Amino acid sequence: MEFSDPKGIYQQIADRVQEQILRGIWVVGDQIPSVREMAVELGVNPNTVARSYQALVERRILANQRGRGFFVTEEAVSSIVQTLRNEFLEKDLPKIIKTMRLLGIGPEEIANHFHGNETNPGEDTDET
Amino acid sequence: MITSNKIGKMIEFENIQFGYKKKTLFNGMNFALESGQIYGLLGLNGAGKSTLLRLLSGLLFPQEGSIRVLDYDPVQRNPSMLSEIYMLPETPHLPTLTDKNFVSRMARFYPNFDSSYLESLLKEMSVPRGQILTSLSLGERKKFHLAFGLACRPSVMILDEPTNGLDIPAKGQFRKIVAEALAEDRILIIATHQVKDIELLIDNVLILHEGNFICYQSLSQISSAIRISQETNRPDSNSEKLLYTEPSLGGYTAVWADTETNGEHQDLELLFKAAITNPEKFTQFTSGVHKL
Repeated sequence: MEFSDPKGIYQQIADRVQEQILRGIWVVGDQIPSVREMAVELGVNPNTVARSYQALVERRILANQRGRGFFVTEEAVSSIVQTLRNEFLEKDLPKIIKTMRLLGIGPEEIANHFHGNETNPGEDTDET
Repeated sequence: MITSNKIGKMIEFENIQFGYKKKTLFNGMNFALESGQIYGLLGLNGAGKSTLLRLLSGLLFPQEGSIRVLDYDPVQRNPSMLSEIYMLPETPHLPTLTDKNFVSRMARFYPNFDSSYLESLLKEMSVPRGQILTSLSLGERKKFHLAFGLACRPSVMILDEPTNGLDIPAKGQFRKIVAEALAEDRILIIATHQVKDIELLIDNVLILHEGNFICYQSLSQISSAIRISQETNRPDSNSEKLLYTEPSLGGYTAVWADTETNGEHQDLELLFKAAITNPEKFTQFTSGVHKL
């Protein structure tokens, strides 16, 4: 794992856990690596990992069973999706819209691509 | 209930006065370090990092004031204190002995010595075995000494420039090994100029400058109080919140005192440069950020 991103390591560890859950590598009820295991794997401070895990507990993505470790909760996936949706709508989409305005691309054109890509990805070449 | 002296404040400097013949280094220095944390000790050459480390391990005596380490006075050099401290110098001075002979002579001073841990660390770092230690390369000697020091299981582990002379894969191993070595009842102090090597490891940043700490904060606290931006034009150097700026590809990188950042943008190197370039402004800024 590279940490070239200016994002804090703390955030990157949380992202990594969420990604593993979204991709179904860790499923509901699974025990995830302990703070120490994760810290050693990534070569980062265990206290940083603990803070990341704690933030995920507060968001009900992980449950901390005292003395046993951290587990993926039932609501983990929906909670992650909800957060990422909000992030996309609030952070990424405005940037896309800004670029669209700059380049004069309208929503219809995007809609065409959106639907076209779903049903027939080769549509563009058919026109000529 | 935990009544051990190994949880909480482990090291305390009170009103420490120290200097060499012509130069006063510390003039009434006060600070405390707590267990379960990794401290990064930074500072320019001659800032007093090594002196500070020697003071706390009983190798130098303060001219005034008192130091407590694990409830001992380092000046007394009590053997039970010394068996709980391991100081890894920048250049390991190892005797002309084989690894085995070195361990059999030295390990007896450390009651917590763990030989199976030593074996696993030496194996992990691929340190050649059965050779006279002085015939090893600098990197290998440093790895051997790091492994030995950790295997002594000290409560206070001091590492002076631990990554100097290590090759790139060894630096990664170093991070893993140190991450694993941190425990609730232990303090790690890493003094270094290689800030990139320890950025992911440390809890707290101590920047020593002209005998004082101009930064004495947790890395996450201080990171969330600064904003790093890329600017096309050179930012106005008179602007109150500007801590530091340097040319970068396509413009300027600027460090701002700004708590309105979203999340932590950690860059220890920029932080250090900001502190050293304009210590007065930086001190003013850090005085507003929660201290350790």
